[in-house]
Amino acid sequence: MTTDRSTLAAGHGRTADAPVLEIDRLTLRLPDDRAARPLLDGVSLTVAPGETVGLVGESGSGKSVACRSVLGLLPARARTSGQVRVAGRDVLTMGRADLAATRAGEVAMVFQDPRASVNPLRRVGDFLTEGLRATGVPAARATARAVELLGAVGIRDPRGALRRRPHEFSGGMLQRVVIAAALAGDPALVVADEPTTALDVTTQAEIIAILTRLQAERGTGLLFVTHDLELAAAICDRVYVMYAGRIVETGPTTGLFDRPRHPYTAGLLSCTPRLDPGAPAPRPIAGRPVSVAEAPPGCAFAARCPYAQPRCTQEVPALTAHGAGLAACHRADEGILP
Amino acid sequence: MTETSGLAVRGLRKAYGDHVAVDDVSFTLAPGSSLGIVGESGSGKTTTVRMLVGLERADAGSVTLDGRDRSAGTRRGGPRRAERLARAREIQMVFQDPYLSLDPRITVGGCVDEVLRLHFRLGPAARRARVAELLDQVGLGPREAAALPRALSGGQRQRVAIARALAAEPRVLVLDEAVAALDVSIQAQILELLTGIRRDAGIGYLFVTHDLGVVRHITEEVVVLRHGRVVESGATDRVLGAPEHPYTRLLLDSVPRRGWDPARIAGARAAAGGPRP
Amino acid sequence: MTLTAPPAAATALRRRPGLRRLRLLGGQGPLFTAALLLLAALVLVAALAPLLAPYDPEAMDLTASLVGTGGDHLLGTDQSGRDILSRLLYGARTGLLGPLLVVAVSTVLGTGLGVLAGWRGGWADAVLSRSMDLVFAVPGLLLAIMLVAVAGSGMTAPVVAMAVAYTPYVGRLVRGVARQEKARPYIESYRVQGWSGRTICLRHLLPNIAPTVLAQSAMNFGYALMDLAALSFLGFGVQPPTADWGAMINEGQSAIQQGAMLPALAPSFCIVLAVVAFGIVGEGIADRIAKRER
Repeated sequence: MTTDRSTLAAGHGRTADAPVLEIDRLTLRLPDDRAARPLLDGVSLTVAPGETVGLVGESGSGKSVACRSVLGLLPARARTSGQVRVAGRDVLTMGRADLAATRAGEVAMVFQDPRASVNPLRRVGDFLTEGLRATGVPAARATARAVELLGAVGIRDPRGALRRRPHEFSGGMLQRVVIAAALAGDPALVVADEPTTALDVTTQAEIIAILTRLQAERGTGLLFVTHDLELAAAICDRVYVMYAGRIVETGPTTGLFDRPRHPYTAGLLSCTPRLDPGAPAPRPIAGRPVSVAEAPPGCAFAARCPYAQPRCTQEVPALTAHGAGLAACHRADEGILP
Repeated sequence: MTETSGLAVRGLRKAYGDHVAVDDVSFTLAPGSSLGIVGESGSGKTTTVRMLVGLERADAGSVTLDGRDRSAGTRRGGPRRAERLARAREIQMVFQDPYLSLDPRITVGGCVDEVLRLHFRLGPAARRARVAELLDQVGLGPREAAALPRALSGGQRQRVAIARALAAEPRVLVLDEAVAALDVSIQAQILELLTGIRRDAGIGYLFVTHDLGVVRHITEEVVVLRHGRVVESGATDRVLGAPEHPYTRLLLDSVPRRGWDPARIAGARAAAGGPRP
Repeated sequence: MTLTAPPAAATALRRRPGLRRLRLLGGQGPLFTAALLLLAALVLVAALAPLLAPYDPEAMDLTASLVGTGGDHLLGTDQSGRDILSRLLYGARTGLLGPLLVVAVSTVLGTGLGVLAGWRGGWADAVLSRSMDLVFAVPGLLLAIMLVAVAGSGMTAPVVAMAVAYTPYVGRLVRGVARQEKARPYIESYRVQGWSGRTICLRHLLPNIAPTVLAQSAMNFGYALMDLAALSFLGFGVQPPTADWGAMINEGQSAIQQGAMLPALAPSFCIVLAVVAFGIVGEGIADRIAKRER
């Protein structure tokens, strides 16, 4: 994917360079009895029109919480500070009606399990057109649009598909339907939370091909949440790496993967079993991810970090510029990583 | 049939009604070696190993371990006690989901102890020592031994499942997507643990997975299944390095990496016949 | 590797299965607690009825027929001049004993048959499930009335009939959850270890489905109470002069025409209260299970 997508966004009727998503120092806490540390701690992230941005992390990193906040979906009893601006407007302070309008028009979400995001009893056609009908599109136009969308995601006989029910589709085909529905409102931003994790590898390739093609054609911003570093490396322009609720490193994909600055990024890269001939055996990172019940002082990764120094367990490292990206490590400039 | 050492699977078949899940699957596993069984969902890889451990009954085919037939006596009502125990000591299994594979009511130590009580005549002190030894082997201490599964993380639970499987001292360990549900950093720990155990105990692995990266690092040989049939098999390095079957090539190309072109793969997949409806 | 411990308090609690089981009954909100307390009080009242009751529940005094509330008789008397409060207190005994027997028998039978059907599958499942469907199709009250016709009225025939009628409710539920549980990897891992089906069922499957069965039984208790009261009301159950809520409503009917509501209303209120309380407790436990499984 080498096309310069920012130029494509110009015809979209929105300002070409203003980010479609700006998460600005978002901190999200649960009541003390449910979590000892913030689920998100000063997370800042942007997605430009036409850009594919990866959000990578393990369980408990906060990547799912962060991406759901974009639709204003917060855990029960959560308190937040900071902003989540979609097309310039903060979704966290929006009223119910505005939020619904934003979800219908500006942002769409694709979840991991397509079966869980589609009502199993309703026909695919109803699922696709309900959002359009809700915004006042007449039935005939909505149906025509649904047919067009199903064709765009590569479903054969789109008219017939409209009359079928979710159980008649395989997981991969149903995820195509979900993507079609996500694109129905012509959103400026698509948030995809592990959209291919539940699918086979060959199906994954197809879904990714469809998603990235449509996104490039329409100049949509894509926030792609995944635990799979290789997948993020394959499709993203920029990547954010999260650990224990904080962004620990971010930058353009190539730089980040060729020359990681944060030991966690480097650790993730070296523990992924790689397929290419001659790749070394995966080297595990000691310990396990920080649970929400633990609130280590200093750098949350210090306990697992082979390069940790005393100050790492005392001071929280700030996210600072290193080369083309940002890293939150006290020793990022020391060249400790091989 | 000649006396072969190790596990030999010949002509295994299983149908559910009209749907043939496993069709004429054959492979061998030399003692102490590691074989990957690779395929996508619906390829029959899990059904195949479930027949090996006796969770499903095969319609046809034979399974022998060191020449001893495992498929005999699996008639209605199941095998008798002695036969059942003997078979359990031959092959053990680690399941995919560490959150569902342990009885939530039984402590970690108790869960390993049960296996010892079933299979070996040991006194309480000897059993306690053996439980501690097995847990230590997978990196768990006395604190974890006293805990219930829900107090443990996914990786720790999978360690318990491995210790429990090893407690029966099996010749072959079936690992059914045993690292698929784990975080990547934990997955690498478990893979390293498994590599060490095989080196020390000389136990054979049947590694069922969809992840070719994992296969490359933990197996010596590999069998590629598609729609219940073996499409390619051989030494892992050869199959992954120079695949002969187009489907194997498609699987390899589908693995994301930098410079990856998913659109081309989608095209290749359509050419290879696409998914079964 | 470093193993980070979960919060110590949580582990301590989780390590004690007894405490864990108690938690099944706690933390469900005020309604659940109130229902639980009410049921405890009901059991206490039934047990201590001879100590608590101010009068002999069966002692008639036609000179004191339909005495109003207050005074010597806190809740007044019925047409035969019997003390209503004393009859309610004693009525709690038959009111609870009958459903207890029904629930005990139907739970044991239904669980046994359900586990057998769910675990074995195949023809055993087919035979057991069809037989249960057959019993299911016969209304419990009809079965009771037929049995009473054969064996005579009293407590035994209705209780036996209800126990039989309730068994398929439990059996179908248990069959379903047992099948589900059998397919779980932890049960399969015991099969791979070489345990016999019987041991796995008794030691692992049953304890893990027990809360689900318990929830159903609590609700069945309420329904059985109501059904047995209905039989007594119709005159098929407990016979006068024994104190029984259902029979009391029946006897109280004629008093309504004379303007005295309490003889019929008081036992009705007790029945409604008990049934609702059992329903809340059963549902609370079921909710708890659903939450735990998530």
